[in-house]
Amino acid sequence: MFTTVRLKQSAAKTARSLSKILPLILGMILLISLIAASIPRIFYAAVFRNNPLLDSIIGSVIGSISTGPPITSYILGGEFLKAGVSLVAVTAFMVAWVTVGVIQLPAESIMLGIRFAIIRNVTSFIFSILVAIITVLLFHVL
Amino acid sequence: MQLRNELSQVRTSWYFLIAVIIIYVIVAWVNFTIFSSSLIFFYRLIVKIVPIFVLIFILMTFTNLFITPHFITRHFKEPGIKKWIFVIIGGILSTGPIYMWYPLLADLREKGVDNGFIAAFLYSRAIKIPLLPVIIFYFSLKYIIALTVVMIGFSVIQGITVNKILPPKH
Repeated sequence: MFTTVRLKQSAAKTARSLSKILPLILGMILLISLIAASIPRIFYAAVFRNNPLLDSIIGSVIGSISTGPPITSYILGGEFLKAGVSLVAVTAFMVAWVTVGVIQLPAESIMLGIRFAIIRNVTSFIFSILVAIITVLLFHVL
Repeated sequence: MQLRNELSQVRTSWYFLIAVIIIYVIVAWVNFTIFSSSLIFFYRLIVKIVPIFVLIFILMTFTNLFITPHFITRHFKEPGIKKWIFVIIGGILSTGPIYMWYPLLADLREKGVDNGFIAAFLYSRAIKIPLLPVIIFYFSLKYIIALTVVMIGFSVIQGITVNKILPPKH
């Protein structure tokens, strides 16, 4: 049931969970700012080749081994896009970040079983590439 | 395990911020131009992001208020297609770190919920409604509609695929 007390408790819980990730987000924004100011755009052009399949694989690999709150991946993805990285690579990066958990794999294996954890993560990695390509195609059709 | 994970996450967050500040100090000493342009970039980004954070706080508060583990457990028992719909909506609306949900999902599987539904729930968690303002800010509404539709479709595909590879025992 909706009450003022429950709303206050919920707001306090949200404040606690956001405050836990605040140093990470601040650090990430500081790092993005430093990279944006010091690395020329030509670097991204060298890593990403404007090949939808290859770019989405590279994006998925980077996203899979990265970890942190999803908001960080959206900020990073948005800045990558501004730096000239293709939308398909950025989408694969963000989708893999939130669906593939290489860092969380030991915890997932303990709680849900190693076969389940490996199958889920491998299929999520493959799907992140397909999701990126289909999303960008749909985006251009809409 | 949950408390240990949370403490470790908080510590890692602070270590990361301190490490980045140390990098900034070194950069300021080596190349002051890059240091100052980085700070200007940081300031502009923060000014843009703060209002979005306020919106995220409000959306997360309401999600925390209504979507509880008890609510999720109750609806995982829905029959047929309703179960798929609920699993995906439940995944989209669920909040908090992923490891927080592992004990509940392990318990649900013990109670007979298929691996596919667990996988679909975890996959659909990738769609974060409270974070939509950030995605719209960086991308566009059209993009988030396309991504959400494709992600929902792939949540079901993920569930079916996992069920094919790891069929239910019951």
